[in-house]
Amino acid sequence: MAKTELKLVLTGELLDEDSEITLLELCRTCDVKAETIEALVEQGILEPSDRPGALWRFRADSIKRTRIVLRLQRDLGVNLAGAALALELLERIEELSARLRQVRSL
Amino acid sequence: MEFKDYYKTMGVARDATQDEIKRAYRKLARKYHPDVSKEADAEERFKEVGEAYEVLKDPEKRLAYDQLGANWRAGQEFRPPPDWDAGFEFSGGGYTDADAADHSAFFEELFGRGGYTRARGGERRRTFRMRGEDHHAKVLIDLVDSFSGATRSITLRMPELTEDGHVVASERSLNVRIPKGIRPGQQIRLVGQGGPGIGGGESGDLYLEVEFRDHPYFRVDGADLYLNLPVAPWEAALGASIKAPTPSGVVDLKIPANSNQGRRLRLKERGLPGKKPGDLYVVLQVTLPPADSEAAKRLYQQMKDQLGFNPRAHLGVS
Repeated sequence: MAKTELKLVLTGELLDEDSEITLLELCRTCDVKAETIEALVEQGILEPSDRPGALWRFRADSIKRTRIVLRLQRDLGVNLAGAALALELLERIEELSARLRQVRSL
Repeated sequence: MEFKDYYKTMGVARDATQDEIKRAYRKLARKYHPDVSKEADAEERFKEVGEAYEVLKDPEKRLAYDQLGANWRAGQEFRPPPDWDAGFEFSGGGYTDADAADHSAFFEELFGRGGYTRARGGERRRTFRMRGEDHHAKVLIDLVDSFSGATRSITLRMPELTEDGHVVASERSLNVRIPKGIRPGQQIRLVGQGGPGIGGGESGDLYLEVEFRDHPYFRVDGADLYLNLPVAPWEAALGASIKAPTPSGVVDLKIPANSNQGRRLRLKERGLPGKKPGDLYVVLQVTLPPADSEAAKRLYQQMKDQLGFNPRAHLGVS
């Protein structure tokens, strides 16, 4: 097993809720074509800023949502609408579990 | 090398039909999918199930696997018999949905390595000069790390292609600065720290998604924090000045008179720091002293007799 140590401290770029990424960046980082992203926009999974197609910009959390939807679609044999529904339910469960943890900590 | 019982992994009988195997796979895939499952070993199980299905769904591979005989037990030391695959030609390696890098040594011994086809995602750009892939990983930090900023050492494992076409797991450590004010779910992009480019192409980027470890009493919601703070009934009723913990130290907190259970007090900008600092919400939890002494019982009795209080008045019952 090759092992490389890097002692240097790396400072990255913080992608927060105000950060936007371009359509190209989103395609590249999720390894998909623009058509796939377009389909996700049509399903309402991603909401691009109000610009013409090629100039679309997305919230930084679009990367995570896109990757989850594509994995669900690939691994579970659901279509895009099904994966979108699963994503929204997963996010809802995440929110509810966070609340539950708080209630339980009383 | 350990023998793998693919039928056992899939929970099906050796004479299961292809349809039964498919149904079992769908069910297990939903159960152990790492995005869906909350089970600790989900990712491991998901890979095992994927590998088992890779073999059993393909009649050619299944037949070859069955030929090894039914007497093998999972975990048993295994060497494939000589010429065990005579007469079979596995068409095209068959790496369809599974990720070749995830397959066990057992699988590779029987069916070979598929080379680094990277069937995942499926959409490849066909250029000779290619930018490296972007990599994605998660990093777990503590709430205090967001308050003060921190440096975290993270270890990444990724498949690497050797010169003779084999896939090996390579491990590398990075020290990464966690910026002050980072929130759960936010990402840190490290340019050029992803996969190496091909043919002189630039390296990909590394995206780190930040998650917080559960804190024993602060709950994080975006930039805001929530704290359940126990108060005595008289503190809530009469008002009081008490101490409250915050991640940046203990503060004095004024409880207004006539506060009730669940009242939220906002401590402005005591949440996660940042351009727009969050708030800390203190949620009062009125906690009753136990009636475990004569004096305590007498006081409760006195309240009962003198207050004429019906907490269920709005329900129309007494």
